[in-house]
Amino acid sequence: MAGKTLYDKLWDSHLVQQRDDGSALIYIDLQLLHEVTSPQAFEGLRMHGRKPWRLTSSLATPDHNVPTTVEERKSGVNGIADPVSKIQVTTLDDNCDEFGITEFKMTDIRQGIVHVVGPEQGATLPGMTVVCGDSHTSTHGAFGALAHGIGTSEVEHVLATQCLVQKKMKNMLVRVDGQLSPYVTAKDVVLAIIGKIGTAGGTGFAIEFGGEAIQSLSMEGRMTVCNMAIEAGARVGLIAVDQTTIDYVANRPYAPKGDHWDMAVEAWSDLVSDADAQFDEVVVLNGADIKPQVTWGTSPEMVIAIDQDIPRPEDQADPVAREGYARAWKYMGLEGKKTLADITLDRVFIGSCTNSRIEDLRSAAEVVKGRKVAATLKQAIVVPGSGLVKAQAEEEGLHEIFTAAGLEWREPGCSMCLAMNADKLGQGEHCASTSNRNFEGRQGFGGRTHLVSPAMAAAAAIAGHFVDVNDLVKQ
Amino acid sequence: MRPFTKHTGIAAPLDLANVDTDMIIPKQFLKSIKRTGFGKNLFDELRYQDEGQPDQDCTGRPLREDFVLNQARYQGSSILLARKNFGCGSSREHAPWALDDYGMRSVIAPSFADIFYNNCFKNGLLPIVLTEEEVDQLFKEVEANEGYELTIDLEAQKVIAPSGAEFSFEVDAFRKHCLLNGLDDIGLTLQESDAIKAYEEQRIKTAPWLFEARSL
Ligand code: SF4
Repeated sequence: MAGKTLYDKLWDSHLVQQRDDGSALIYIDLQLLHEVTSPQAFEGLRMHGRKPWRLTSSLATPDHNVPTTVEERKSGVNGIADPVSKIQVTTLDDNCDEFGITEFKMTDIRQGIVHVVGPEQGATLPGMTVVCGDSHTSTHGAFGALAHGIGTSEVEHVLATQCLVQKKMKNMLVRVDGQLSPYVTAKDVVLAIIGKIGTAGGTGFAIEFGGEAIQSLSMEGRMTVCNMAIEAGARVGLIAVDQTTIDYVANRPYAPKGDHWDMAVEAWSDLVSDADAQFDEVVVLNGADIKPQVTWGTSPEMVIAIDQDIPRPEDQADPVAREGYARAWKYMGLEGKKTLADITLDRVFIGSCTNSRIEDLRSAAEVVKGRKVAATLKQAIVVPGSGLVKAQAEEEGLHEIFTAAGLEWREPGCSMCLAMNADKLGQGEHCASTSNRNFEGRQGFGGRTHLVSPAMAAAAAIAGHFVDVNDLVKQ
Repeated sequence: MRPFTKHTGIAAPLDLANVDTDMIIPKQFLKSIKRTGFGKNLFDELRYQDEGQPDQDCTGRPLREDFVLNQARYQGSSILLARKNFGCGSSREHAPWALDDYGMRSVIAPSFADIFYNNCFKNGLLPIVLTEEEVDQLFKEVEANEGYELTIDLEAQKVIAPSGAEFSFEVDAFRKHCLLNGLDDIGLTLQESDAIKAYEEQRIKTAPWLFEARSL
């Protein structure tokens, strides 16, 4: 019999019951909750007189709607200007209080984007099943955890039963061999992968990312890669557990301690795919070939290396692609432009669950240090992923580097990633963004998003247009 | 979920084909954080003369007197009689939520949109498909007789008119079982509580750290 993949192992260890129709009951170890997708789930519990199955399995924090300016944040929930946003945040607070769920409220230093907070607290652990009413839950797969996003009715289902009805996915291995070049980051790797397999390439699969280049990444980098598995169509992204994982988890507030820690570390050593495991599909990239990536269109797969020309619709052989490219060209206002450097940027956003961790901020700060943002830029903001990331960055003096260079230093939250709060793009504005989705209107009505790494966003802020960060730092 | 076994109630005739979910509950009410409370905005645009706003007190709003649910004789109705393709349009689960919250227990129509049909079962609402002729007959009888009540017997799969006339309908055996016993997806999973507990007992031995209480 062939060996098991990491996904197979995680599936097997959480299988409560296999059903005749091919579906199964899977046990959920951790559910993260935020204000947008949880209200009806709590309401459902109340309607049926149900209680959460196991309180210690949930952790909540508001993130999508919270304002990120210092001024608005001073008065906590009352500082939220938008009434609908305010109701959602208040409702989360009330629900968590009523049901006894641990919540990092807006004024708590541990508040932040759920996908930053879970790992930071050690709430996300190797070998767990993790769910959240948010598609970027795949982030937690970086810890060798089976993690994916779910809908509101499933949020309620997990709260009430601690289980989820699931069908098993297929296994895909994406291997990135060799080493990465300077200033080529996890973000560039995952964008290159999406460029290669497409936004539907991973549909129906759990993707395990492996190979030397992936193993060499820090935990922050691994989270960036798994975060965007969903942009390749896969609800689940995974990376095997190694010493880097264990070192990151050790001594986090919620991580096991004492005997339990030793037991856990031993159990986690099995969280790798067996050498003879069979994958349904294998994709290989060469790390050395990957250059800094920038998306030019309205889908994450519309991505090129910084030194490539923007692909033209008329050069596409496939008529469907030609039409899609033409629509993206029009929306992105690319007429008359040849390269990415020809696009004048209006705003720069460094943040989101993809790239708002300390390493991301360090990398951006290094680039802008001693430089000034371009005068043509309307705004450049840095939004840390959590209160603790913010505190750490301030301890390192990164906020001073940013503000000295002309970038705004904000309070933690999702912010301009999805424009549910006041931070958004105006119509037709181009933005270099470290987030994960460049769909039409994602960052504001008519807004034009270009996805990049924090270092590339920082370089773009200085130049006012896209440049290879390697060239900028040499100047 | 509330079980559905046998129900007798006043039938209200909504003589309109292709009623979409936007008519059942307009989009401005989707911002709500609740699953309940949509009843007062059920059929909002058909029911009121002005444009409804979320969180509005509806008691003083000007009514469209001719709309079926505003007529005195249909007050307290719990069975909606409708025309073909009821519930088409977006997949919003708010549509069955609104019908349920208003007090409807069943919708009888010649056909339903797929997603709406499925969503009904998840929310304890019974959608019944009868033939065009049968539905037509019911429409005529309802309109001719004030206080006209129908009885729906899910076990027997029959709609029974005051005259004693019976109309049989089809329903998927599994869904019928769930409705009769008031089992929603969560209810069904909770029937496996012993299996879940057994899993936990095993798991806590091999991975006790997963069950530690979190300290704030
Ligand atoms: S940062 Fe963006 S992608 Fe991530 S959870 Fe928030 S809104 Fe979603």
